[in-house]
Amino acid sequence: MTAIDKGQADVSISQTHNSRSSAGASWLGGLRKLATSFAVILTTLLGLLVITFVIGRMVPADPVIAVIGDQADQATYDRVFQQMGLDKPLYQQFATYIGNIGQLDFGQSNVTKNAVSSDLARVFPATLELATLATLIGAAFGIPLGIVSAVRKGTWVDHLARFVGLLGHSTPIFWLGTIVILIFYAKFGLIPGSGRLDVYNEGLVEGPTNSLLIDAVIAGEWGVFFDVLHHVLAPALILGYAAMAYLSRMSRSFMLEQLRQEYILTAKAKGLDQHTIIWRHAFRNIRVQLLTIVALAYCGLLDGTVLIETVFSWPGLGQYLTSALFFADMNAVLGSVLLIGLISIAINLLSDIVYRFLDPRTR
Amino acid sequence: MTTYFGNLHDWLISEDFSSNRQARLHKAYLLWLSLVSNPLALAGLVVVVALVIVSALAPWLSNHDPIAQDLALALKPPSAEYWFGTDEFGRDVYSRLIYGARTTLYISILVTVIVGPIGFVIGATAGYLGGWVDVVLMRITDIFLSFPSLVLALAFSAALGPGIENAVIAIALTVWPPIARLARAETLTFRQADFVVAAELQGAGMRRILLRHIVPLCAPSIIIRLTLNMSSIILTAAGLGFLGLGAQPPMPEWGAMAASGRQYLLEAWWLTTVPGLAILIVSLAFNLLGDGLRDIMDPRNA
Amino acid sequence: MSVQFPSLSGAVTAVRNVSFKVGREKVGIIGESGSGKSTTGRAIMRLQPQGALVTADRMQFEDVDLLAASEPQMRNIRGSRISMILQDPKYSLNPVMTVGEQISETVILHEHVSKREARTRTLAMLERVNIRDPERVYTLFPHEVSGGMGQRIMISMMLISQPSLIIADEPTSALDVTVRQQVLSILDDLVTERNIGLIFISHDLNLVRSFCDRVLIMYAGRIVETLDADKLEQASHPYTRGLLNALPSLEHPRDRLEVLKRDPQWLEN
Repeated sequence: MTAIDKGQADVSISQTHNSRSSAGASWLGGLRKLATSFAVILTTLLGLLVITFVIGRMVPADPVIAVIGDQADQATYDRVFQQMGLDKPLYQQFATYIGNIGQLDFGQSNVTKNAVSSDLARVFPATLELATLATLIGAAFGIPLGIVSAVRKGTWVDHLARFVGLLGHSTPIFWLGTIVILIFYAKFGLIPGSGRLDVYNEGLVEGPTNSLLIDAVIAGEWGVFFDVLHHVLAPALILGYAAMAYLSRMSRSFMLEQLRQEYILTAKAKGLDQHTIIWRHAFRNIRVQLLTIVALAYCGLLDGTVLIETVFSWPGLGQYLTSALFFADMNAVLGSVLLIGLISIAINLLSDIVYRFLDPRTR
Repeated sequence: MTTYFGNLHDWLISEDFSSNRQARLHKAYLLWLSLVSNPLALAGLVVVVALVIVSALAPWLSNHDPIAQDLALALKPPSAEYWFGTDEFGRDVYSRLIYGARTTLYISILVTVIVGPIGFVIGATAGYLGGWVDVVLMRITDIFLSFPSLVLALAFSAALGPGIENAVIAIALTVWPPIARLARAETLTFRQADFVVAAELQGAGMRRILLRHIVPLCAPSIIIRLTLNMSSIILTAAGLGFLGLGAQPPMPEWGAMAASGRQYLLEAWWLTTVPGLAILIVSLAFNLLGDGLRDIMDPRNA
Repeated sequence: MSVQFPSLSGAVTAVRNVSFKVGREKVGIIGESGSGKSTTGRAIMRLQPQGALVTADRMQFEDVDLLAASEPQMRNIRGSRISMILQDPKYSLNPVMTVGEQISETVILHEHVSKREARTRTLAMLERVNIRDPERVYTLFPHEVSGGMGQRIMISMMLISQPSLIIADEPTSALDVTVRQQVLSILDDLVTERNIGLIFISHDLNLVRSFCDRVLIMYAGRIVETLDADKLEQASHPYTRGLLNALPSLEHPRDRLEVLKRDPQWLEN
């Protein structure tokens, strides 16, 4: 699992800690902080756009030819060249680009001939389903594992957990997916090999959210619901495993840090039992940190979904991106990349807000 | 022979220093001893060294030509002749694995060599100068950090086109932010230290201070971070290879080998399993080594 | 009682053959850093750090053999029969729980009262330690109260279940000098009123001699001298004398304060 190791989340968390705890309790101070974070997000967004714009312009292929083919004559070329605004100065092109993005116009896909934005709207919920499920699995297993690991530091539980985590951190996720298919599908027939639905269930549910799980529930089609669940199980578990590796390592180190604190001694001196100390005292102190890393894990999983969706033919954003890559459909590629970047920013923003809400020290 | 090493060992262990060099060697030797006393870290080190040796001696270690095709021999299972079987073009998987080690090592080393100095310079400059420079540089770092790294590498790779050098650039662009952050944090710690101020008062310019004072202090944690990063780099490179970017055929690359093996998963499971295992082992080795290094250099983590 | 810590070069003895009795009185334990005074206090409550080994001929508290007691038994005793007051409320209070909640927790744990009853008791206790407006303070978080108030909260938390022995580990060392007396007098009041035994651990000789009835001097893990507080001037052990001589005094001004000379002989025991 590659992306999750982002300079060890603790570095960035402690940085933002410093800027938070120094603000006054006044209303104006709070407003100022909000404005600062807003500015930060805006610049990040801008940077994102710059990067995707630059990448788009770096492509060695001629974008005009990509549209009109290489048989067209010079006049057509010139016309389309002007149409695409390629004769304008770079900063103007950038402004147009931003304008387009603002209107959710990501250009047109060369492959599907649809607007990229509608393509994205179609595939994005599938990925969301997968990533959310995987994060939940990862958190449900990883966090308790990390905590137990910290409490029983040095015992075989700890070593096992750390090793399993390490393994998860070093496994190429596309390989793991393939092996799982090999064993559980080819050899044992326990899981479906690909896709989101069995063939006979396709088209039965056309719901509002395009997230088949939710739509199936809304439509009351329980057969479809369980079918999708059956299909999503393996990829979600594999991704969840990768997330679990990260989350257990981080929660372990958070917990260890808390257990070193003086208030734990106070709690013991009060006569509290270990269970209460861990869950009522220590855990409450790491709650917000855990939230932050779950958000980070989610973003990191977006990486893994690209690979896993390819392996499991899960029709989501990842698969869209990889087939776009294969066909050199740059608009689609950039649109997908931009969308993934936007999701990352959105998740970080959300976790920031909830953090501020929950931690009494920052109020 | 053993007496020679025995004497050397004793000389290095003794605390009776007769020269600066001996003191430094003594310290290095102690670190080495604690590293090898950790079995996991030692295993990691062994694997990494093995990787280097295998890459270097590839022509002698492989018994077949990695790119020679012989369609009559396609998809043969592992045997005495072909240790890991053959792929769909009849090429020997074992030999391709060996040569693939070269590719992997090449990519990882190149990326590290690029990312280490550049990341450090950016981070240290930001930490040292502070103010606007710091804010701007850190914003840029954060922007790169906000992308999941494989996705960003994908995008760059797609834009630059396939090819191993482009893959290296693409990966490097996604790996430098954590190094820069680390360098900045370390620099900030030492920025206010008295000896730095003293050097400034003596008239040392920023470049000299950074080079001769701060680099040696940051070096341990940066080296640890780079080692740990190697595993991510290898995984990302494999991911790129899996998706058809990066090293192009017929050059053997473990990720690409795994990808092409997928089509024949049911008949020839070894095509995907073996390269994937290789990636796993090497990645794990770097992680273990990095963890071991961190344990010996940062006693708090023991 | 002895306390040993395992280390790379063999066991380190932090506390060596310490022996004393505490009745319904105030006993001070004076020592420098590393003398083992805090370790002694913790060992009594069996709260020694992990890995430390506590050995003793006898550790008796009222009717309980502390050495042989099981962990659940010890948990019953801690907070309700023996309590410990720690040094710095900035660190010793849980930062994400309100102070009222933390105090109530003690009484709910040991006396199984309802939440409402616990709240009433807590408010009463807060008043008892001279905190005005206890209702408001109940809802505050530890970082919102001052040091002196924090220690009073600590005292409330540890005395609310009426223990008969208190171990106070440097309770005023983290406070401003002006606040120290306030906190000490509150502690004094409570201890006298409820007839509690107090072990007062500190490095401040002047403080202890005016506050406690008896004084134990510790050095390098051993008790080197035991005295009544008012007889301190008659101390005979050279270490104690050294400590006394190092104190500046208004009544006997000196040009030069003595520096303590450590005699390795003191380590022989």
